[in-house]
Amino acid sequence: MIAALAFYVFAAILIASAVMVVTSRNPVHSVLFLILAFFNAAALFLIAGAEFLAMILVIVYVGAVAVLFLFIVMMLDIDFSRMREGLQRYAPIGAVIGGILFLELLFVFGSWQFAPDAATLRLNATPGPEVTNTEALGQLIYTDYIYLFQVAGLILLVAMIGAIVLTLRDKPANSKRQDIGVQVARAEAVKLANPPSRAGLGQLGIIRRPLPEAPKPKAVGHDHHDHHGGGHH
Amino acid sequence: MDAFLASPIGILALTVAQTLALLVPLLIAVAYLTYAERKVMAAMQMRKGPNVVGPFGLLQPFADALKMLLKETIIPSGANRALFILGPMLTLILALIAWAVIPVNDGWAIADINVGVLYLLAISSLGVYGIVIAGWASNSKYAFLGALRSAAQMVSYEVSMGLVIVTVLLCVGSLNLSEIVRAQKTVWFAIPLFPMFVIFFISTLAETNRPPFDLAEGESELVAGFMVEYSSMTYALFFLGEYANMILMSAMTSILFLGGWLPPMDIAPFNWVPGPIWFILKIMLCLFTFIWVRATFPRYRYDQLMRLGWKIFLPFSLVYLVLTAFVLKLTGWLPV
Repeated sequence: MIAALAFYVFAAILIASAVMVVTSRNPVHSVLFLILAFFNAAALFLIAGAEFLAMILVIVYVGAVAVLFLFIVMMLDIDFSRMREGLQRYAPIGAVIGGILFLELLFVFGSWQFAPDAATLRLNATPGPEVTNTEALGQLIYTDYIYLFQVAGLILLVAMIGAIVLTLRDKPANSKRQDIGVQVARAEAVKLANPPSRAGLGQLGIIRRPLPEAPKPKAVGHDHHDHHGGGHH
Repeated sequence: MDAFLASPIGILALTVAQTLALLVPLLIAVAYLTYAERKVMAAMQMRKGPNVVGPFGLLQPFADALKMLLKETIIPSGANRALFILGPMLTLILALIAWAVIPVNDGWAIADINVGVLYLLAISSLGVYGIVIAGWASNSKYAFLGALRSAAQMVSYEVSMGLVIVTVLLCVGSLNLSEIVRAQKTVWFAIPLFPMFVIFFISTLAETNRPPFDLAEGESELVAGFMVEYSSMTYALFFLGEYANMILMSAMTSILFLGGWLPPMDIAPFNWVPGPIWFILKIMLCLFTFIWVRATFPRYRYDQLMRLGWKIFLPFSLVYLVLTAFVLKLTGWLPV
């Protein structure tokens, strides 16, 4: 009973936030509603017993992809009134496409028939109660379908190389780059000293500039007392 | 009694009691972590630190909390009100709900779930939202720049953190946090996986925006970064969230690498001490290192931070992961 109730609550929030993604005025709000939708989808996965998928959905989509979305949308300078205009002009086309998709899905699910043993399989996230989600998925992806998995990886690699090739530009000739190795290996770049207590930098030869007169011993060792007021930033 | 505990109301009551039993000590620990930080840094800088309110200044955290509560909450007129409040709330809530899966002792986790590590990773990857939302909703240049920096930083360091966790999981064969601790019965993972331990610790520094990676709030260039517009309790929530996150990350380090509730050696004087005490001691060790690093190192420059994350930590942890897999496979130690 509680599971069914939870399912309906999460499903309702999922659909409501999906609607808000499209209809909200502020694009940043849209992205935030999209994130809410992801969360509720993850909760639905949890109810179905697919805990691994739920966590991966949150890590990949909410933790990485949506952060980049939010990044871009926050930095865009969007003219809201022009977007409204566009919405009114394209709304009929969108409605027609949406309607066709909806009808197709309806037909598919109306005439869908499950094989008798598949119907029971469908209710279980894993082959058996002793096999965890992670093991079941690992068995499928990395053992049963390893070649398909490798092909998918190669396709992604090609896409990645393509993106890099398209965006990589030669460095301008006069640009200066920091080479930390060279910098540190330079003579006298780093000086290690183990000064005796109450000795001045001049006495240790760290300040190379000749001092006009001997430093007064009293003026040493009081420099660092007043920094860092406390734990607050 | 058993019948009551099995009923839905009983389960609810039990969960609430467990949650309180975890959260109240946690929040007190957060309060005293601020005190400890000030005292330890003072000792390192030859100062006295807080010593006026109460004996040895022990009541200082409560005086600070009271001061925060009594100040006026200011919401800038150009800010997005709902999101402005949501940002700090999200930060603290995320820092607290992650504790649901942390095993304090054998069997002492509120929810001992199969995918505990993934849950922790998911929650810590959400932490960036509190900061980004706060930075954007403040409608201020400094806050926005701080938020952008912080988002890029947290996303970058999560990658190497994920690879480090995968290496640990290879040695355990389970995603359950209690199993991870039990797998360290013979040797803590900090010893065979020492380089990964170091990378993980540095990544947690970056993940919690602590010095030397506190560019999100680098006061020399961004005033206070993403929290520049916050005052009173809204600011205090960020503050609590940051410190609760520090404790959480220390707990994660001790579970993954320092053997959680296990004693250093399973011999007489060590195993008299109960498990939670060991766990707390290990967390305190990590927290001391957090503060030590803050008092010692200057802040990283932003490009150096990105270089460290992407060009050093990521390739290194990738190579070490492959190496670990090879060693486990060739020696036949791979857990089934």
